[in-house]
Amino acid sequence: MTATITGPTDAVAARRWRLPAALRHGSLVIGGTILLLIVAAALFAPLITWHDPYAQNIVARRVPPIWYGWFWDHPKATWTHPLGTDKLGRDYWTRLVYGARISLLIGTATTIMSGLIGTTLGMAAGYFGRKVDLVVSFLVTTRLAMPVVLVALAVVAKQGSSLVVVILVLGSLLWDRFAVVMRSVTQQARSRDYVTAAQALGCSTPRILIGEILPNVANPLIVIATVEMANAILFEAALSFLGLGVQPPLPSWGLMLAEAKEDIFFSPWMITIPGLGLFALILAINLVGDGLRDASVSRGRA
Amino acid sequence: MLSYALRRLIIGVLVMFVVSGITFTLTNAAIDPARAIAGEGATSDDVEAIRKSYGFDRPLAARYVAWLGQALQGDLGSSYRQRRPVVDVIMERLPVTLKLGGLALAFALVLSIPLAIAAALRPNSWIDRIALLFALFGQAMPTFWFALLGIVVFSVNLRWLPASGSGTTAHFILPAIALGYYAAPTLMRLMRAGMIDVLASDYIRTARAKGLSEARVVLKHALRNAVLPVVSVAAVQFGFMLGGSVVIETIFAMQGVGYLAWESISLSDLPVTQAIVLMISLIYIVLTLSADLLNAWLDPRIRIG
Repeated sequence: MTATITGPTDAVAARRWRLPAALRHGSLVIGGTILLLIVAAALFAPLITWHDPYAQNIVARRVPPIWYGWFWDHPKATWTHPLGTDKLGRDYWTRLVYGARISLLIGTATTIMSGLIGTTLGMAAGYFGRKVDLVVSFLVTTRLAMPVVLVALAVVAKQGSSLVVVILVLGSLLWDRFAVVMRSVTQQARSRDYVTAAQALGCSTPRILIGEILPNVANPLIVIATVEMANAILFEAALSFLGLGVQPPLPSWGLMLAEAKEDIFFSPWMITIPGLGLFALILAINLVGDGLRDASVSRGRA
Repeated sequence: MLSYALRRLIIGVLVMFVVSGITFTLTNAAIDPARAIAGEGATSDDVEAIRKSYGFDRPLAARYVAWLGQALQGDLGSSYRQRRPVVDVIMERLPVTLKLGGLALAFALVLSIPLAIAAALRPNSWIDRIALLFALFGQAMPTFWFALLGIVVFSVNLRWLPASGSGTTAHFILPAIALGYYAAPTLMRLMRAGMIDVLASDYIRTARAKGLSEARVVLKHALRNAVLPVVSVAAVQFGFMLGGSVVIETIFAMQGVGYLAWESISLSDLPVTQAIVLMISLIYIVLTLSADLLNAWLDPRIRIG
């Protein structure tokens, strides 16, 4: 077993769990392609669907997807509704595509909000240290001690649970990872020469933080943003699934899953399709995040 | 060590106070307790009368102090719906949630640790790739969707496992797997990274040079050191799982604290909601505190630095 006796430098290289060499840039490519497809579908939703996402059709309820026609000769499964219809006769493909808009909107808006809060706190803690650091650490510990799902549920329950409320609630809860990571990278950047130089030149503190440090810690910031975006999308889906997130008739994927739950026995495809949408979106975002991290790590070492 | 422990303990207590304050404010802002007690058909006069007689018209701060004073004596009030002490209501449901969390954690560890060790022994081999795929999928799989798919396959099609309830251990299998798979990727990544670090260290080289068998080197010398950070993170994950059990328990209609939380929120049962949030926070704080103290005790660098 001499092959497993590796030197410390090999250990550093092997420590990061990287995709196989051929797939390493592939992770970015695959993730990026799926993500772009979903974003494009969401943006051009009216062009690639031929129904109204809210239009109900009593005579075409619970129509199965097209492959039921291919494999089991189901007479109702036609290209009119390629992914079938839900219990109210709404076209599933159309709702799936419009649902991507909601997930992406919530993911982006929440990440921007939590990113602003977390980055501000983290950079302040990392740059000023001492008491500021203590206060921020305390805030992060407090935030981590609060169960996100429960607090979000309790707040959303009576606030009329609109899209905006869900974004505000998740945005004000999911900043902890931003703060932790930005604190540590700012601490490292603070003692670098370029910061000392800027201080010697008499630059103002905001200018040093925003003009000098922020561009140099942008890489980890973007990686965390992908993680938190995926997180926010999952939380929205979970809240909507529990009936306390985005409200009907909006086509949120979590809500579609909740509505399909009662049809689980006879129409299992109804829960499979929106779940696949969520799975593909989260996987794509994670792959992009992993790819970006690998890219920044190898560049940092070169 | 003692001063470190004391400092951490004080911070833990402070966090608990702040969390209780935030929880009290948020839930009171979100839920109107007087309206909740009065019920659906009550007139606004009734609601006002209840508001006065229960003292809900007093300022929030005064109510918080009164509530905190009682809470410190172990009295968390009475459930509006069940007309019983909150402590009784929760204690009745706690075993189900603890069993679910424990089984889920066990599943996560059983899945992640052997896979991570195998992956760490041969980085970039096929087994490493499989482990990576497992982790990628686990991270991208929404827990509740995974649970629903489990119901479709194992309850509806194969009829092996029950789809709802919490009566027997069989009822816990699907929920525990769904909840555990969500926690597994984090543990797997940590275990793999730790194991690779340890395997490259000098004392493992020494152990190998002494001619110990590979199994002994890996299982006795390396695993012991690499598993420590995993244990402390697993403790924290257990705390997160209690929060995550809200979704899972609701899907499987399990009579646990998570389902109780969802019920109490949708029925505006304020005292129960507050108590559950506080209890989960307390468990999280105690778990992280013990994990930190354990690490500090094992690694003197932490308590000095």
